[in-house]
Amino acid sequence: MLGIVRQKMLGQSLLKIRPAISVLRSYSSAAKQMTVREALNSALDEEMSADPKVFLMGEEVGEYQGAYKISKGLLEKYGPERVLDTPITEAGFAGIGVGAAYYGLKPVVEFMTFNFSMQAIDHIINSAAKSNYMSAGQMSVPIVFRGPNGAAAGVGAQHSQCYASWYASCPGLKVLSPYSSEDARGLLKAAIRDPDPVVFLENELLYGESFPVSDEVLDSSFCLPIGKAKIERKGKDVTITAFSKMVGYALKAAEILEKEGIDAEVINLRSIRPLDRSTINASVRKTNRLITVEEGFPQHGVGAEICASVVEESFAYLDAPVERIAGADVPMPYAANLERMAVPQVEDIVRAAKRACYRVVPLAAAA
Amino acid sequence: MALSHLAASASRSSSLLKPLSSALSLRRSISGDNSPLTVETSVPFTSHQCEAPSRSVETNPKELLTFFRDMALMRRMEIAADSLYKAKLIRGFCHLYDGQEAVAVGMEAAITKKDCIITAYRDHCTFVSRGGTLLEVFAELMGRQAGCSKGKGGSMHFYKKDSNFYGGHGIVGAQVPLGCGLAFAQKYSKDETVTFALYGDGAANQGQLFEALNISALWDLPAILVCENNHYGMGTAEWRAAKSPAYYKRGDYVPGLKVDGMDALAVKQACKFAKEHALKNGPIILEMDTYRYHGHSMSDPGSSYRTRDEISGVRQERDPIERIRKLILSHDLATEKELKDVEKEVRKEVDDAIAQAKSFGADRKEVRATLP
Repeated sequence: MLGIVRQKMLGQSLLKIRPAISVLRSYSSAAKQMTVREALNSALDEEMSADPKVFLMGEEVGEYQGAYKISKGLLEKYGPERVLDTPITEAGFAGIGVGAAYYGLKPVVEFMTFNFSMQAIDHIINSAAKSNYMSAGQMSVPIVFRGPNGAAAGVGAQHSQCYASWYASCPGLKVLSPYSSEDARGLLKAAIRDPDPVVFLENELLYGESFPVSDEVLDSSFCLPIGKAKIERKGKDVTITAFSKMVGYALKAAEILEKEGIDAEVINLRSIRPLDRSTINASVRKTNRLITVEEGFPQHGVGAEICASVVEESFAYLDAPVERIAGADVPMPYAANLERMAVPQVEDIVRAAKRACYRVVPLAAAA
Repeated sequence: MALSHLAASASRSSSLLKPLSSALSLRRSISGDNSPLTVETSVPFTSHQCEAPSRSVETNPKELLTFFRDMALMRRMEIAADSLYKAKLIRGFCHLYDGQEAVAVGMEAAITKKDCIITAYRDHCTFVSRGGTLLEVFAELMGRQAGCSKGKGGSMHFYKKDSNFYGGHGIVGAQVPLGCGLAFAQKYSKDETVTFALYGDGAANQGQLFEALNISALWDLPAILVCENNHYGMGTAEWRAAKSPAYYKRGDYVPGLKVDGMDALAVKQACKFAKEHALKNGPIILEMDTYRYHGHSMSDPGSSYRTRDEISGVRQERDPIERIRKLILSHDLATEKELKDVEKEVRKEVDDAIAQAKSFGADRKEVRATLP
């Protein structure tokens, strides 16, 4: 059913040929809504259709249609040779995926969540990420490791960690994290086409969220550049960087801030490694204030790197200290009230932005 | 043993009877020819869940002489690397393969360059058997741009993709799932080729090996897992590390073969058998009973956990080069002097390669990757 709808959309898009760089305008001319799940599914489908070397491997990706239904319909369409259900052996199947990539295939390896990627992290880092360098270019590893990352809802400490900063610190890897359906489609396609290993961090809670998508986004040739952030909301008073689910929170915070006279610029990082330092720095040079937002643990997080980058490149432009909003420095608790406190909320971002703008109301003052 | 004893006495008597010139004309040239020769392996194969191949191996003079030359070259190369390491021209880790040469040359003789090989960090000789040059080896060991990884990899990271040699891996056991992945890709691409994933007795206990073997068996991948059992995982003897050191049986439902890894012809026979098996029936394990003369690496003398008697005993009784030498002499394929000349030649080749590698300045500029 989705296929037929897509066929119609493709037909329409072929009639109006627009350059791919117009993706920044996508919100303005959007007519169709698409969930992140549909976006990922369609991207996988199209890339598997376009290149017979692309195959999908992971737990429950085939007959179960995907633990989160991201790979729905793919087994039926491409068969068991290209959509492979693996046993629960991450180290084994991640290694097999990397070996297949060495030979020239283009594996998409799914981790049911990135928490389980720790079982296979040696293959991601030592077998995949470093091989191109260690072999002086002989070994190219065109593999994508994808799956949900970060907190879900009530899944507890062992199933809620964000791995963005861990993977992004490693040279040889590319690390992407989409927010919207457009991000999901464009970045997954870019990841699959990329000759280097890519860690693709999705978010379970975003899978069901719907976003408007333009015709360019729906076209099968659509692709987003790796290493470019997107300014989701232009502003002039404070820069807020975020990725994945936190982009939505940052946008909500920006709406609240607008009512209070603070015009926030929200940057959707899209790419954690390489980090779009120039977009971030250009924004900070304009606003002079920076809040970084991430879900993961605060120490050595993505925000720490962004802060260092801004201090290195745009120190003179800062009018306030850079503040990092991150998850709490505890393993994720289970109880709903504790979990709420362990993950950044919209109010945390609003308060931080106000602090950066020196708009904090002192506790003593009652006016 | 009895066979070689008989053969030795035959060649002694024949050289006494024949004048030198006619001996020369009766014997083939040192490079040998392809006329078939059948040799028995030192010991029969022991099998698990399969029928062992025959002990009689088809070979020819050319092949035997090539074995001799190649192994002598590898031996010389590793010993030279030892000296270079002690002279501090090689840094970091250096894991030497001398004693195990028969596995590399025997395997190569059974397969093509379209079959894949992947191994761990004891990779210098495997790289050479896949077509790597001595210059590439020594330059890489000494961190020069002329090295096979342009000096960026070092001893543990030799690769030769154009002849399907996929490294060169430092993390114990990681190369096994990678090798099964190569096999997956070969099957996916319908190439009718196989992958040999080599690992040691130390790596044989790694969980990821069993994970990869399980998947390979489920999906019928043409993966041949080759355990180079030199009986010591660094300083730990196999009986201290493995509850069951019968590595060829550890695949359980996966068939296995135990092979005398010091006998290049047995290795060749086993690899040939394994390739046929893997293409039809999926994974198989080969356990090569081999030995390394050096310690685990250059920082290990290798004598704190082994007796010198044990090491010299293997050298006397089972050395792979000596076995081939005896075979060549007993079949009158070359004289002792000719073989010694070969050894002199390879020694010179090694020395020349080292001199050439040294002549390249240590690379100071950033090396541009060879990606398009």
